Amino acid sequence: MSPNSRKTILIVEDDSDFRFQQKVNLEAAGFNVIMAENENAAREVMKENEFDLAIVDLMMEAVDAGFTLCYEIKKQWPHKPVILVSVVTHETGIEFDAATDEERSWVKADVLLAKPLRFEQLSHEIERLLKNL
Amino acid sequence: MGTIRILICDNEPEMRAHIACVLDGYMISSPIGTEKKRFTTRAVASAEEALELVQECKPQIIFLEDKLPGMSGMELLEKLDLSDDSLLAIMITAGATIEAAVRATRTGAYDFLPKPFSPEDLINTATKAARHIILSEQARACAEEKRKARFNFIQILGHELKAPLNAVEGYLDIIRKKTAGTRESSQKTYDEMLDRSMIRIQGMRKLITDLLDMTMIESGQHRRELVPVDICKAAKNAIDLIQKNADERGIKISLNCAACPTIEGDATEIEVILNNLLSNAVKYNTDSGTVAVTVDQKENCTTIMVADTGIGMTTEETLKLFKDFSRIKNPQTRDISGSGLGLSTVRKICQLYGGDISVESTPEKGSTFTVKLYQKPPCRTC
Repeated sequence: MSPNSRKTILIVEDDSDFRFQQKVNLEAAGFNVIMAENENAAREVMKENEFDLAIVDLMMEAVDAGFTLCYEIKKQWPHKPVILVSVVTHETGIEFDAATDEERSWVKADVLLAKPLRFEQLSHEIERLLKNL
Repeated sequence: MGTIRILICDNEPEMRAHIACVLDGYMISSPIGTEKKRFTTRAVASAEEALELVQECKPQIIFLEDKLPGMSGMELLEKLDLSDDSLLAIMITAGATIEAAVRATRTGAYDFLPKPFSPEDLINTATKAARHIILSEQARACAEEKRKARFNFIQILGHELKAPLNAVEGYLDIIRKKTAGTRESSQKTYDEMLDRSMIRIQGMRKLITDLLDMTMIESGQHRRELVPVDICKAAKNAIDLIQKNADERGIKISLNCAACPTIEGDATEIEVILNNLLSNAVKYNTDSGTVAVTVDQKENCTTIMVADTGIGMTTEETLKLFKDFSRIKNPQTRDISGSGLGLSTVRKICQLYGGDISVESTPEKGSTFTVKLYQKPPCRTC
């Protein structure tokens, strides 16, 4: 049995294809996966379910939905790892990162990953964050 | 109220005082809008001082005497950047010859005011230059806005094209690595992935087709061939095109031609309007729904109405509908390919006919799109 079998990952993502792919990839890696298609659905899912790590898309119905959700998660569970995923890059003029403590103090996520996401990279970050728990 | 900054460069103190006295505080009306502009002046006695002030105070008009101690007015003209009309130079020289005027103009001077001149001459010359500056500023601002809009459009287009590629790439990667497993039961998951990939590819194709339609309309390169177009016949053709898709989902399309208007139009443009409206009416319909196409004409206004019994929209959603790349995203539209450019292109075409497109919609009930096209300037009854 995989060491990740007991870990549950919450995916909050409005792109159904991307959600579907992450689910397949993460389940193949031995995780339990729960999903929500927007920030409101995520709030409901979080009420009903336990999870060990969240992967949150930045831009959903509201452009900053991911920021708000990360903030709420970290407020309730300060030590729960959160990965923020976004297509926002320097090209669009919105620049931020979660690489330093100072950046993490206002971007309430442990890691910021840019789309398109390589699963190897995502998997590496998940392993690292779960190990720190 | 804005100002027009004027620099006077003349070695005669009386002349500097005279020009400043006439121009300082003088108000002109802007050639566009109602805004007034006030002249402000600074005066210097040498070209060297003028050059320094040009860097520092960024004057917009410089009155320049050629015969100066040290660097001459003409030499200063050569050093100034007069390329984009943000600084205009006006030469003021006593006993100037035509040759001198021509030479100054070739070097970049905007105007030539020979001494002696009256206060009216001075005001007229300064006003003409100021208006030129205001118009150039406006033109530059417009060009900048256009550049930004184009940049913005390309950026969104880039994202819209990248999204389906990312999705298909993600599915192919899973299929290639057999991440979803190798058991027979996994085949269903792989089939679903292939279906989703096809939907995303069709969406991308639609985006490219719509983009080409839009470019055709906006580039101005498309030569509009205005011929009498029979709208009912065009509607029948558009229905024929979409009939197969409608049949597959049991959707009935009806055509009601209250009048059979012929309008002076471009057949391709009319086709783009009808194809977009009909394909939307089928795509966003419910299975076994209906699409009613009505064509009518009153005086010089032709109306095309396309009503469906589909998923409909909220008022908020309808407000976004005619903008570039606007797509209504909800679970019901998830599997429907669309670029978000079709209706925006339809609106642009309607405007070429002095008309417009409007929509009335109720969620879960359906939408009715109404296109109005005019032969001549709009009549009041339509």
